[in-house]
Amino acid sequence: MKELSIKLKVWRQKSSKDKGRFVDYDVPGLNEHMSFLEMLDVLNERLISLGEEPIAFDHDCREGICGSCSMVINGKPHGPLKGTTTCQLHMYHFNDGDSIVIEPWRAKPFPVIKDLIVDRTPFDRIIQSGGYISVNTGSAPDGNAIPISQEDALYAFDAAACIGCGACVAACKNASASLFVSAKVSQLASLPQGQPERDKRVVAMVDKMDEEGFGHCTNTGACEAECPKEISQEYIRKMNWEYHRANIKG
Amino acid sequence: MLDSKIPPGDLANKWSDYKSKVPLVSPANKLNIDVIIIGTGLAGASAASSLAEMGYNVKAFCFQDSPRRAHSIAAQGGINAAKNYQNDGDSVYRLFYDTIKGGDYRSREANVHRLAEVSTNIIDQCVAQGVPFAREYGGTLDNRSFGGVQVSRTFYARGQTGQQLLLGAYSALSRQISKGSVKMYNRHEMLDVVMVDGVARGIIARNLLTGQYERHFGHAVVLATGGYGNVFYLSTNAMGSNVTAAWKAYKKGAMFGNPCFTQIHPTCIPVSGEYQSKLTLMSESLRNDGRIWVPLKKGDNRDPESIPEDERDYYLERRYPAFGNLVPRDIASRAAKERCDEGYGVGATKMAVYLDFKDAISNLGEDTVRSRYGNLFQMYNKITGDDPYKTPMRIYPAVHYTMGGLWVDYNLMTSVPGLYSIGESNFSDHGANRLGASALMQGLADGYFVLPYTIGQFLSKDIRTERISTEDEHFIKAEKEARSRNETLLNIKGKKSVESLHRELGKIMWDNCGMSRNEKDLKNALIQIKDLKNDFWNNVFIPGSDSELNLELEKAGRVADFIELGELMIYDALDREESCGGHFREEHQTPEGEALRDDENYTFVSAWEYKGEDLEPELHKEDLNYKEVTPTQRSYK
Repeated sequence: MKELSIKLKVWRQKSSKDKGRFVDYDVPGLNEHMSFLEMLDVLNERLISLGEEPIAFDHDCREGICGSCSMVINGKPHGPLKGTTTCQLHMYHFNDGDSIVIEPWRAKPFPVIKDLIVDRTPFDRIIQSGGYISVNTGSAPDGNAIPISQEDALYAFDAAACIGCGACVAACKNASASLFVSAKVSQLASLPQGQPERDKRVVAMVDKMDEEGFGHCTNTGACEAECPKEISQEYIRKMNWEYHRANIKG
Repeated sequence: MLDSKIPPGDLANKWSDYKSKVPLVSPANKLNIDVIIIGTGLAGASAASSLAEMGYNVKAFCFQDSPRRAHSIAAQGGINAAKNYQNDGDSVYRLFYDTIKGGDYRSREANVHRLAEVSTNIIDQCVAQGVPFAREYGGTLDNRSFGGVQVSRTFYARGQTGQQLLLGAYSALSRQISKGSVKMYNRHEMLDVVMVDGVARGIIARNLLTGQYERHFGHAVVLATGGYGNVFYLSTNAMGSNVTAAWKAYKKGAMFGNPCFTQIHPTCIPVSGEYQSKLTLMSESLRNDGRIWVPLKKGDNRDPESIPEDERDYYLERRYPAFGNLVPRDIASRAAKERCDEGYGVGATKMAVYLDFKDAISNLGEDTVRSRYGNLFQMYNKITGDDPYKTPMRIYPAVHYTMGGLWVDYNLMTSVPGLYSIGESNFSDHGANRLGASALMQGLADGYFVLPYTIGQFLSKDIRTERISTEDEHFIKAEKEARSRNETLLNIKGKKSVESLHRELGKIMWDNCGMSRNEKDLKNALIQIKDLKNDFWNNVFIPGSDSELNLELEKAGRVADFIELGELMIYDALDREESCGGHFREEHQTPEGEALRDDENYTFVSAWEYKGEDLEPELHKEDLNYKEVTPTQRSYK
């Protein structure tokens, strides 16, 4: 088992009002099988034993599915590994003596709350604006009443795999939420159940995204490249098409 | 004292008769009734949206930054429903029977039958919401089989079924939030239940961002706060999953049912070191195509690929030919422990067994295996660096689910009037062992289809109850207590981190109250826990204050409650002098090492009542009467 020593540069910010700054930490004696967050746990325990405040970061499932963890590692949201959340990144991807810079998501609509924690509630509000099918409990027809081709089901599933972490926004130079919004729009627009609200939904969600202060998509593709679930940019094309279609139909 | 309020009549008609007769609340009255829901996982989100659709005012709380992040999201394998779409002889009765048998005859017939009945509605509801379940070529819904049963009744969305179901419930919840019928409180933690005249009438919550204490009134309070597996420190639960809300309810008089019934899941990635913060599950569905084995020779250090067929022990297939690799979880877990304890384990720590896909890949082709398990293989590869397409996975059991929880009656109400518990947080439907793909089913059954009816029983009598001001003395007193507890914690200023104390608790629980238990170790653990509690309240160190975001303070409150829960689990494990389901007492086993149940003396639910700080809890028994099913020794041979 390999042992590692790492030099960290971590963004520390007491609150949204504080200006924030980078702080250097030496973290020796790490095991290569630790996850990145376990490395931070080890550092935090040391800070606590010195009577200092631990580094605050969001995390929960540590299985890459809840979408809580959110940090920019060496300039990349969720770090260097493709298709991987921070919690699933392990230290064997780093070398002894490496320097690692850790920052929060940087985007105006996601203000920093503390250290590496940001406010992602704009995503909730976008879903609330129309990211659902209006069906009350108890009024559904039999599950097999509407056949859906394997192709459509897969297309919808691949979009629905989004974990809402916000890496796409953090990766985008315009802080666009297009990948996140388009994934939900495409999932529901490609299923028969989503047809009745198809036009209304896309317009409401895109308008809400603008209102929350997210930028526009300029097809750079950083979102897809950094998305831990590798959601395809093709959904953005689909969203734009859906949006124009809805507006033309008026 | 314990009245389970099971309605009269034939088992098959109880629920439909109940629904026809349960008192209703008129739409105008619903507008004046507030319901508080704690937790927004499958149970909480589905209950919040359904009650709001019906017209109630709902306030929903979660400690995460968004309701979409509740730990239901991590469930992989699937959800059961008695649809019989595969025409393989499935029925409501069969799902009921499998669940009762799988639970080792320690659950209530009436509850389980109701669960099986509503299972079919869940699938319909989720499909209507746009949940992208797996489909056949013809466009109909696909099914897979799961451990402990002989039919294919599990619906799934690749290996992310929990995520897709939760996002469905979250979308329904979001719709109600946008309509104003649910008020959502993210990053809030419930710190106490407020009791007024013996009824739960609200909560004290702390805004985790500002540290502010808040008082919230509700005509009823619903806990949908999940399980308590993190009492073991290492488990497959999310880091934040905790028992605090349920524990506060217990201390306010809600009885705790079967706390020692915990599920150890057989297929998890093994522990690799002291620093480990959590364990990762590999879905049980892998056992459909993967074969579990260890070398025939003790301490065989060869690579798995170079161990020939005739030197491998496929011990599940050997011991349980009828079910083979698909035996229920408790049996598969104990069998793995038995092999490793005997010295046949593999890997660096020797605390692992192989889960091998070689035969599946040669029979079905790599593409089919990839389409079924691709994301799971990828997850395994990321964590371990090994490629399961080429070399077998190494797996070991880990704490995964807790069958125990708050005791509830047929209405899902705890022994405190007005206080409900749904989903994993209650003790209800899984007896001593839960079958795979049944947790998602129960969470959504409770939230979408059971609670919205049963809560009417209580609320219909409450239509004249005016909203109680949160300036009321009961609220003020409860807030003061919650505040002073946090202040006490902050003022200890000792030398130990919360994490290190939690780790100590986990070790005590795993070593003595884990996969197998005996009187001597349990009694010993009781002493260790008392010492640990003492240590915690004298030596814990929490930086910062309570008037800001303070993650260490949050953790400390939860660990303090886990320590007390650990003690209760041990009392329960000591009292239950039999082996059943996930509870294996070494003193009670057959000569072949199988669990030995004692139906004559233990066919009951243990419901524990809190008697006060440092006093022993009092045991109440709810007798289980089997009318439909005759308990037999559970055999999967």
